[in-house]
Amino acid sequence: MAELQFREAIREAIDEEMSQDENIFIMGEEVAEYDGAYKVTEGLLDKYGLKRVIDTPISELGFAGIGVGAAMNGLRPIVEFMTWNFAVLAADQILNHASKVKYMLGGQVSVPIVFRGPNASAGQLGATHSVAYDSMYAQFPGLAVIYPSEPDDAKGLLKSAIRNDDPVIFMESEQMYGLKGEVSEEDDYTIEIGKAKVKREGDDVTVVATGKMYHIAKQAANQLAKDDVEVELIDPRTIKPFDIETVIKSVKKTNRCVIVDEAHPFGGMASEAGFLIQREAFDYLDAPVQRVTLPDVSAPFSKKLFDLWLPDAKQVIDAVNAVTYRN
Amino acid sequence: MAKEKKEAIFAPTGLKNSNNGKIDKSVDLPDVTKKKHDDLGLSDEDVVKMFELMYLQRRFEERAMQMYQKGKFGGFLHLYIGQEAVSTGTVFALNDDDDIITAYRDHGWGLVRGVTAKEGMAELYGKVTGCSKGKGGSMHFAKAENHFWGGYGIVGGHIPIGGGIAFANKYKENDRVTACFLGDGAVDQGSLHETLNMSQLWKLPCIYVVENNGYSMGTAASRHTVGEIHERAKGYGMKSAVFNGMDAFTVYENMKEISDDVRKEGLPYFVEVRTYRYRGHSMSDPGTYRTKEELQEYQKIDPIERMKSYLLDEKIIKQDKIDEIQDGIEDEVLEAIDFAEESDFPDDDALYEDMFTGTPYIHDKQ
Repeated sequence: MAELQFREAIREAIDEEMSQDENIFIMGEEVAEYDGAYKVTEGLLDKYGLKRVIDTPISELGFAGIGVGAAMNGLRPIVEFMTWNFAVLAADQILNHASKVKYMLGGQVSVPIVFRGPNASAGQLGATHSVAYDSMYAQFPGLAVIYPSEPDDAKGLLKSAIRNDDPVIFMESEQMYGLKGEVSEEDDYTIEIGKAKVKREGDDVTVVATGKMYHIAKQAANQLAKDDVEVELIDPRTIKPFDIETVIKSVKKTNRCVIVDEAHPFGGMASEAGFLIQREAFDYLDAPVQRVTLPDVSAPFSKKLFDLWLPDAKQVIDAVNAVTYRN
Repeated sequence: MAKEKKEAIFAPTGLKNSNNGKIDKSVDLPDVTKKKHDDLGLSDEDVVKMFELMYLQRRFEERAMQMYQKGKFGGFLHLYIGQEAVSTGTVFALNDDDDIITAYRDHGWGLVRGVTAKEGMAELYGKVTGCSKGKGGSMHFAKAENHFWGGYGIVGGHIPIGGGIAFANKYKENDRVTACFLGDGAVDQGSLHETLNMSQLWKLPCIYVVENNGYSMGTAASRHTVGEIHERAKGYGMKSAVFNGMDAFTVYENMKEISDDVRKEGLPYFVEVRTYRYRGHSMSDPGTYRTKEELQEYQKIDPIERMKSYLLDEKIIKQDKIDEIQDGIEDEVLEAIDFAEESDFPDDDALYEDMFTGTPYIHDKQ
């Protein structure tokens, strides 16, 4: 195992895949000469040259669409968005085109493309730079949505995403790029898309969280352990396909579940998982499933309000206390 | 003999891949106006006021930068330093009830349109006394009552909104002109082109002004967009202009002429103002995409220094008066910092306020 930063794990995945397949190229704002707005692509221009590491104008709709067309015509683009908040401008290409082309042309063409970049909030960046879009993309057929929490997951899943023959949404976090973690040094290390991972075993309550929220849930779990509440922490790693089996297996053991989701509450991963749990494990539940999400308001700038807005470990502990009737 | 195949290359190369060593300035500056202030219809007081406004913007941001570096507040901080002649010349050219909207590099625009140093600094600090109650921060200064509709954070997102403000003015037949400012990076967004087409088609009284500071974040204009920016107007049959944005008089002269024309003809205008930002795109910018020499070239023609020299050369005011103005502004900015530090953060309830005008439809409020 090697200890890598999250950004280095992503870079390794891109680098390894690019070295194996000349049809893979990466493009996005500031990915080449600037070495990436968050230094994910640092050094790739020097290694792969101007043909395969391409700076784009601030034209999200345009370069996302050029990526889709290139993918249809035999290439395997990796399209970096400076943040998924800017990818809203490209939503037409992702939602109306990348996800639908294969189906509406009766399977004649594939769109092997990865759209990636940081998702959700990253401190006080205001209302337009703080939205978690993973659940939104998961609502649309034709896309896989990956939002890993640790460098190892990121590397293995990104390599799988790049090899996938269909469009994949791959989400990161500005605040996790510097996060270090052990990463497998296995040759050609890939992780199957759609598999959750039980990252902490426990008998008292199942907590489901991915991306940045995984780390909030982990803090809460560590805190709760001091009170002898053992959390089983599941990181779904991919929002879609969602590995409900792993969650159900755990809920059948713990009989209680809290879902931590960085999106706004309406129709997100938390509500979908909550629905499936009640359908599949109704008789096993000792308490209603609880969720911790953002409130149904936009991100405020002011630090005081922002801290109130973003889910924290205390909210997770409160939710665990609610499902275990400890308060 | 087979022709040697060149590797396909897409994006043009920049500093990192050129080693010719010469200063390749990111924008060519057109000449400044030769007219004196009275030829332009500006009084001595106007010129002094222009200097004051530019100096306020400069010192506000220099101090804000210090406070940011001290960790007094977070978020982004995109500084306007170097571009102050554009905001200043424009507000003098427009009527006070003409509308202004801009992108996220908005502190200067707020300050010239009535956001006080205190309200601005408090907004940066996220305090309830800020111009947007601490909800917006650096990117969302606004003073709607003064027809400054704010700064917006998504590149190109506010361009159609500028057109929409102009649409409402035409609808209401109120004779107001809208000036919508954007950076050179935003020229590449589809929203500009859709808006330009509709503006000409629907005859909207709007001036779309590209503040071309040479860089779209870290990408030089020549690397992110083709041709001359102002020539985009030709494709829409729209009137256009390009002028020097490092001189407040030049900006004033041109914006006055253009706003008069838009008001009279009821047709839009597309304008490229060439200027330069001295600081990085934001505070985390290492600035490796340009040379120090290039930056120095522009600092030699600093708009504030130019105005100061003009005031002295034309004997409008003497050095002691300039010192007095500068000291006064320095005090104003320092007081603004104290005000921001002493102001309260918003109440917790404010989290749920301002989402709706009427009934707040908040889902599953806990």
